[in-house]
This record gives sequence, structure tokens and C-alpha cells, in this order.
Amino acid sequence: MTRYPRIEKLRTGISGFDDVTEGGLPKGRTTLVAGTAGSGKTVLAAQFLAEGIRQFDEGGVFVTFEESPEDIRRNIQSLGWTVSDWEAQGKWAFVDASPQVGEPLVIAGAYDLTGLLARIASAVKKTGAARVAMDSLGAIFSRFDNTSLIRSELFRIATALKGLGVTSMMTAERRAEFGDISRYGVEEFVADNVIILRNVLDSEKRRRTMEILKFRGTNHHKGEYPFTILPDSGIVVIPLAALELRQRSSNKRVTSGSADLDQLVGGGFFRDSIILVSGATGTGKTLLTTEFIAGGVKAGERCLLFAFEESREQLFRNAIGWGRDFEQMEKEGKLKVVCDYPEVAGLEDHLIRMRAEIESFRPNRVAIDSLSALERISTLKGFREFVISITSFIKHQEIAGLFTATTPTLTGGASITETHISTITDTIILLRYVEMRGEMQRGMTILKMRGSPHDHNILEFKIDGSGMHIGKPFRSVAGILAGNPVYVLPDDGG
Amino acid sequence: MSQYKFKLYITGDTLNSTRARAALRGLLEEGLIDAQDLIIIDVLAEPEQAEKDRIIATPTLIRTEPLPERRVIGDLSDLETVLSALWLTREDKLEA
Repeated sequence: MTRYPRIEKLRTGISGFDDVTEGGLPKGRTTLVAGTAGSGKTVLAAQFLAEGIRQFDEGGVFVTFEESPEDIRRNIQSLGWTVSDWEAQGKWAFVDASPQVGEPLVIAGAYDLTGLLARIASAVKKTGAARVAMDSLGAIFSRFDNTSLIRSELFRIATALKGLGVTSMMTAERRAEFGDISRYGVEEFVADNVIILRNVLDSEKRRRTMEILKFRGTNHHKGEYPFTILPDSGIVVIPLAALELRQRSSNKRVTSGSADLDQLVGGGFFRDSIILVSGATGTGKTLLTTEFIAGGVKAGERCLLFAFEESREQLFRNAIGWGRDFEQMEKEGKLKVVCDYPEVAGLEDHLIRMRAEIESFRPNRVAIDSLSALERISTLKGFREFVISITSFIKHQEIAGLFTATTPTLTGGASITETHISTITDTIILLRYVEMRGEMQRGMTILKMRGSPHDHNILEFKIDGSGMHIGKPFRSVAGILAGNPVYVLPDDGG
Repeated sequence: MSQYKFKLYITGDTLNSTRARAALRGLLEEGLIDAQDLIIIDVLAEPEQAEKDRIIATPTLIRTEPLPERRVIGDLSDLETVLSALWLTREDKLEA
């Protein structure tokens, strides 16, 4: 059997992109990036070159068919990169093929694009470029009369680029988010590698995604991956499922912050587990979170708390009320509290910020209060991806993560958050209101504790000035979790 | 002296380039263009020049003077189109 040499990949340096593509763009080949207007094609093309210069000292040539080099310099400047400096250093060159002011071209006889090809080849030689970006092909088709000639000429240019040993990215517009890959059938000549960018309005939320449609002869991750464009780092792709679940499972226990609770779960939470605390408003989720943090700090761990429901002042005041001094813990460098309103950013941006915080603070435990507050700012699909992504990220760090989820109804019920993450959590704790003899009481149960025996009772859960107390099981009551408790007679008259 | 100045961008000895040169030679012989007013630039040899004039398709004939600049692309086989696009008419020449 003939063994063909593996197609090498060129690391782009674009955050997350190299994970989704399993190593970058096919080296020495042309990849087509297709997307509708405003889907981020030009940014991706420019960033492909910028990261090459910034991270790998690889020169780049930007062939622009649509915007003037001046416009592109200005747009990239807003991402924090000064292209004119790179041009002065001979690392970046523009080939300006943008439309010119004045009358349309007059065509008098047969022509080809050798002129353009010669300019690109010259720019590649001058800068020693390893990367070429061409943006965007549709503009050149609309200027010449002969679509099939332009198509075959672009094919010739793609072939010539291969001969020069450069890895190139060509962008092309799509008329609709779903349907033909590109206008003018551009994909026919660079059909080997196609990436699609989408910017879809879904439930009043903008959602940017990237899909590797095909990379012939090499592996890549399938499906759509959300991405975002940040002011100072450009495109960041969120690899989601590309994250492997390869974390080790530890048998080491850590305290939940409550001696009672530790006992119920068989000696504490596992060090690298994800714990979900679900309950209606006021059932004690924030208290449980506070105890989790305080317990960690007391044991000498570093703790990170993301709060999306309460302001910093309110959170600190609550903690003081339960005898926990967050301010002192922060001063000692044991705790970091990050308060954000969910609405300040898109979910992808939150995810990236949270990951950055975890990476820089390097905590031993992380708490998110509450995860369901983030539901508001996203679509269902986006939220699900977010939960999976943040969960796998935390698991990767081999640290404990405690998330809270708010149930929509006061008694019983399940939240969307719960539905989406119950299978990836290791421990689920339910906090519920129980109506008993005309009085609201709180109840708690450990629904699940992976890899460990645990208490199966529904227990009384009391909150007072000194914090939380777990009491006796509710006896002779059924239907608490369903939200309508009824008294039942003891089984055998006992 | 003619008020017209021209630049012709070609790419080596390709068929289109050879034809364009031949067409221009015809105009020279007819006396519509003066030889000293015409510069022929080979993109393959002088890509910097092509960059400056932002040449995409070849051959490209540019009338640089008088302003505004005018451009015609192709092998110039459609001579009537060339002449009308460049405002270069046989009558102009007669008046000059």
C-alpha cells in the first residue's frame, strides 16, 4: 500500500483556532473562508498574518480586493496592532487590488491576471512571507466581465502560491448563512479546505460561529464552534467539545466548608469534582457557596468566586452576617471575588474572561453563583455549550468547582442549568422549600455523589445568624421534591 | 508634440502581451501615438512599477496624460473600444 506523506499543519496562533483545526491550516495550501457580510472574514484574514508576525516571526502578504490598505490598517489598529510598523520592518506587505476611483474598467480584448500574480509573488519574495491572505474574492468577480476566466485565474494564483511554499487564506462572501458555500462558485478551485463563518441572529442574540467544513486529507473537529472578537486580542475561538476529558479522577477529599455536609457526602467533596447546588431563591445557595469558599480558605486553599447575582458590597455584607470576612480573605491573597452583571458581555466573552481569571489566579476551588444568571443572556444552545466548556475547563485544572442554579418555581421543579449539566456534574445537592403545617421550611438532599456513598434522606436545613445547620430527616412526608409534600403514615406502624 | 502619454503593462512574451504590443505598433505606424510618449513595462521584470499603478489584469494600457487617467485592459484587439475609451480619435490627430 502506498503511504502518502501526512499533510502538515501551520499553527496560526489564533486562540482556540488551532485546537478546532487540530493544529492549524494545512501547510502550503489554500484555505477558503466563506461567510456573509459582517461574519468576521477580514478580521480572521488579517489576524492570520498578524499572529504569524507576532508569535512566529513569519512575514505576511495581504492582498485586498475590497477595502483600501488604509482602511485595513485602521481597522486592525483597533485590535491593538500597528500594521504600519510591520510594513516599515518589511514583515507585512499589502498588494492593493481594491477598486479604484473613476470609471469602470474598459475591456478591449483578451486578458488575464498575470499582473496581479506577479505583484503577489514579488511581495512574497520581498517580505519572505510564509502567509498570504486574500480578502475578499467576490469584489474581483464583480469588476470583471468574465466569471469563468477569473475563477480559472484565481485557481492559477492558488497553484502559484503553493509553488511559493506559502500557506494562504482566501475569503469569499456568502449570500445567506445556509445554502451555497460562496458566490461565484469560488469553492470549486480551493475545494480542499473550506471554513465557514456565521453570524446568526438567534432569539435576539448575535451568535458567531466557525465551522471547518472540510480539510482534505487531514483531521479536524466537526461542527460549529462559537467565537468572539475582542478589542485587544481579535478572534478567540471557543473549542468546546475539542477539549478532551482527560483529567484524572482523584480520591482526595476536600471540605465542603460544613462539617455536617462533609459527613453526609462521606467525608467531603472530591478534590477535582464539579458540584451543582440547585434551589429556589432564598433556599441557601449563596450561603452554601460562602461556606464552600470559607472552608477552602481555612484549609489554606486559594479560592475564586464568580458572582453574577449580587454586587460586591452585598455579597461581602451577607458573608459578614454569617461570620465570614471576605475582605480579610482577599487581603491575605487567599480569595478573589469577581463580580459581574451577566449583561455586561456576551456569554462567549464571559467564558473567556473566566478562563483567564482561573489561569492567572490558579485557585484550588472555584465557585460560580449563579450559573443560571447567565442563562438570561444567551440562547439555549449557547448556554449549553458554555456550561460544557467551563465545566471541562475547570475539570482540566483538577480543582473543585461549585455552581449554583436557581430553579424557577419555589417548590420542586428543575432549572435549565440542571437539565444541561446534571450528567457532567459529580455531585448534585438540592435545596428545596417544604411547606409543613402552614410554615415554610427548608430541606436539603444529596441527589448524587459520584464514586462515594452518601446520605439519601431529605434533611432539614436551617439558616440562622451563625450560618447553616443540617438537621434531622423529614419523616412521614412524601413528595417534597415534586413540590407537593403530603403526610404519609409510617410504614409498619412504627 | 502630442498631449497624450501612455503606459502599457505586459507580462513577458505571453500571447495577450504580444498581441497588445502589435496593436500599439499599428497605432504608432498610423501616427496616432508618438513613440516617445509610450512606455512599455514588463510586470515580471518590474513588479514595483505594477504595484504603484495597481495593475491587476494584464495587458493594461493607461493613458497617463491628459488627466483624468484612463485604463483599458485586454490585448487591444478591439481597436474601436480602445480608441473611444482613450478619447483618442483620428480626428484629434488631424486637428493637432
